[in-house]
Amino acid sequence: MSNFYKDNPDIEKTLDAIDLSEVAELCEEGFRFAKEYQFAPVDAADAIDNYKRALDTCGDIVGNRIAPTAEETDKVGNILNEDGSVTYAPGIKLAIELLGRSRLSGCTIPYYLGGLNMPCTILTACNDIVSRADASLMNIFGLQGIAETINAFASEDIKREYVPNLCNGTWTGAMVLTEPDAGSDLQSVKTTARLDENGVWRVNGVKRFITNGCGDVLLVLARTEPEFGDGRGLSCLLVEKCPQVKVRRLEHKLGINGSPTCELVFTDAPAKLIGQRKRGLITYVMALMNGARVGISAQGTGIGEAAYRAARDYAAARKQFGVTIDSFPALRELMCDMSVDLQVSRILAYYSSKCVDLENGLAKKFEALKGSPEAAAVRARMKKYAAFNKMLTPMAKYFASEMSMRVSNGAVAVLGGSGFMKDYPVERYLRDSRITTIYEGTSQLQVVAAIAGVMAGLYREVVADALDGVALSPALEEKRARIEELAAGVDSAVAFVKGHPAGKTYHDLHARELVDAAIGAVAGALMIRFAAKFPEKEASLDYWLATKWPVFHAGLARAKSGYTGSVELFETIAPAVVPE
Amino acid sequence: MNKKGYNCVVCIKQVPDTKRIGPDAMKEDGTVNRAALPAVFNPEDMNALEAALSVKERYGGKVTAIAMGLPAACAILREALMRGADEAYLVTDRKAAGSDTLATSYILSQAVRRFEPDLVFCGRQAIDGDTAQTGPQIAEKLGFPAITYLEKLDLEDGVAVAVRDIGTGVETDRVKLPALFTVTDRYGELRPPDVRRVMEYKKAKAPAEGGEGSGIGQLSCDDIGCEAERCGFAGSPTNVSKVASVVLAGGEYREIPATDEGIKAFVEGLVADHTIG
Repeated sequence: MSNFYKDNPDIEKTLDAIDLSEVAELCEEGFRFAKEYQFAPVDAADAIDNYKRALDTCGDIVGNRIAPTAEETDKVGNILNEDGSVTYAPGIKLAIELLGRSRLSGCTIPYYLGGLNMPCTILTACNDIVSRADASLMNIFGLQGIAETINAFASEDIKREYVPNLCNGTWTGAMVLTEPDAGSDLQSVKTTARLDENGVWRVNGVKRFITNGCGDVLLVLARTEPEFGDGRGLSCLLVEKCPQVKVRRLEHKLGINGSPTCELVFTDAPAKLIGQRKRGLITYVMALMNGARVGISAQGTGIGEAAYRAARDYAAARKQFGVTIDSFPALRELMCDMSVDLQVSRILAYYSSKCVDLENGLAKKFEALKGSPEAAAVRARMKKYAAFNKMLTPMAKYFASEMSMRVSNGAVAVLGGSGFMKDYPVERYLRDSRITTIYEGTSQLQVVAAIAGVMAGLYREVVADALDGVALSPALEEKRARIEELAAGVDSAVAFVKGHPAGKTYHDLHARELVDAAIGAVAGALMIRFAAKFPEKEASLDYWLATKWPVFHAGLARAKSGYTGSVELFETIAPAVVPE
Repeated sequence: MNKKGYNCVVCIKQVPDTKRIGPDAMKEDGTVNRAALPAVFNPEDMNALEAALSVKERYGGKVTAIAMGLPAACAILREALMRGADEAYLVTDRKAAGSDTLATSYILSQAVRRFEPDLVFCGRQAIDGDTAQTGPQIAEKLGFPAITYLEKLDLEDGVAVAVRDIGTGVETDRVKLPALFTVTDRYGELRPPDVRRVMEYKKAKAPAEGGEGSGIGQLSCDDIGCEAERCGFAGSPTNVSKVASVVLAGGEYREIPATDEGIKAFVEGLVADHTIG
């Protein structure tokens, strides 16, 4: 047992390296809340001290109380009772209670609604800590987007009715979007909501793969405008747990067994409209989804942390041929790879969260300053970060989720036969990691979301922003030149792809390599920033440059190969499977 | 009986963290080298605080935490406030230096008395001395019944229904309040803090710590009406005459036949010589 914040100094170092001073000032709206609340911070240093104390509390609860329950949670899962109710695994029930008591379940919610008013970056760090103990718990704890969505878009009455109990753990929530025929393509949602004779919205339909669908507060995407068959006909409705909502089935899954994945049937379930009609998918779900992606970037990071630690610890103790196996060069390299992969994932996840905080905070500041001379500059910066986030959030989600698979796979390799057995937790990490590249948009979809920014050269602005105001030693300046050299490679490959006669097909075929290399450049800049603050990180930066640069260049060479056979010769290379 | 709920006082102690013992943990004279060990909240005092907080949560009332010691002990008083205590007091005085459990329990009982509690909670024992004497001695001085080894507590109209661990099982006692309870880890773990309280009480200080000194009250021996000769060295009859390091080593052994009869005879032997039962 151990405090998962205190035993992992990289969390605090990463936060210090990205520097949350401006975020703290924006979140606290110039520290005006200190007058109203005894506990609210008076300046940035005070706020950042609070953030670290919140993480310390999170690390204590999660490391000392929850982590010991994770194995059993994975084994027993949740139970669907005959009456349609769901009984959580004991560890999950305990975690909801403890994290609610600490109020961390309302991490980003404003003070007046019972929250801690902390930035998204701190929720990301909490999710990192939570996922190290039990990735499946993050799917419930991390569903703070429900409260955030209600806070952002619902009427004041609805906010006051629902948000405080979501902050203190009395209630949990679910985002109810997916249907049997509407997964990645949410425009085709069939669930309906109509107004009855008493003016109450009634929801009817079936929803599938709903994480924590047994929760108390459901945000349901439903068609309120039958005349529109696409996204314009969808609205967001709040449905309370009630007899008209039945959990019909719990899914049996490869991993994240502590998270109940429900099939829900709505039969004339009473509902309240959130915000305006027709904006359900277009505005609200898009906002919710972005938050959820940030959450998965943290979940992947936490799984990677757990797997790395298990492997490193095992390798230091396991003896073969008379020596501990961490003395073999091949295993050293594997573990260096895992470690640097993890460090990069964390700083990318935290920095992309910070950019989300800057966008949100600057938007609020702009509203307050409207009409004053400074407003235009604030708006321009807000727009800059908004543009970053469209590319950066998918990049962070994509990188962290893929990293969690690589690192947990590596951990199984380090443990060898033992890693394959249920006696060690690494097989669980590998199983849990697999979903992270699928939900909240698959890796392929993250690439689709990020590629526009890469093609437009926006990633270069992110590189510049990441190093803005950072004093670099001559050695680090040289490394910055390596980033420039990779970026030149990306730009040249982008030009090739743009000019290829196969057009969009060629673009779709090679978007991934371009995005990979652009992430490499952004992450490289962040690691330089990290090393400028903490000199010991220079070794990780050097490893990243030495081992990954050739890989990114190879990817770019592939993007410039002109090869299109995988589309044109598809039927020949990957022949259809036909029954006998 | 108690419309406003129950007035609870918890006595807590700051102790060296015996989980992190290094080579310099003991001084040559056999006493604990406090400088070499990080100071922590005595584990069973956390269970005692949880007992008080759960009484407040279930029946209403107030929780006051008291620690006796150097100003550094304010660290655990801040922690108690963060976890939900309403008030915290440091009892600190040069006259209290060198107190054994008799003097300590006298001083603490004088402090506790001020708050006119319905329930007093102490951890069963502290991990530095392991005497388990202070709680019961406080009760004796207050004239309260002492319920030791508490693991469960319900209150019914001014009567406590207390379940205590007696090693071979549990004993349920009904006891009139006011009463003192010593609590073990079987009661349940201390709840996590509300992070808002962490943000608020991180700045709480006693005057002895310097600064403005707000949030933690401070009491001297005079404040609580202690007689000087009952405090500190003067009030401590205990003398440590010798500290020996005991090494447990294997000696004789006896083979028990792996039959029902053999085991029966063995158990009967243990009961007969009072090893068990």
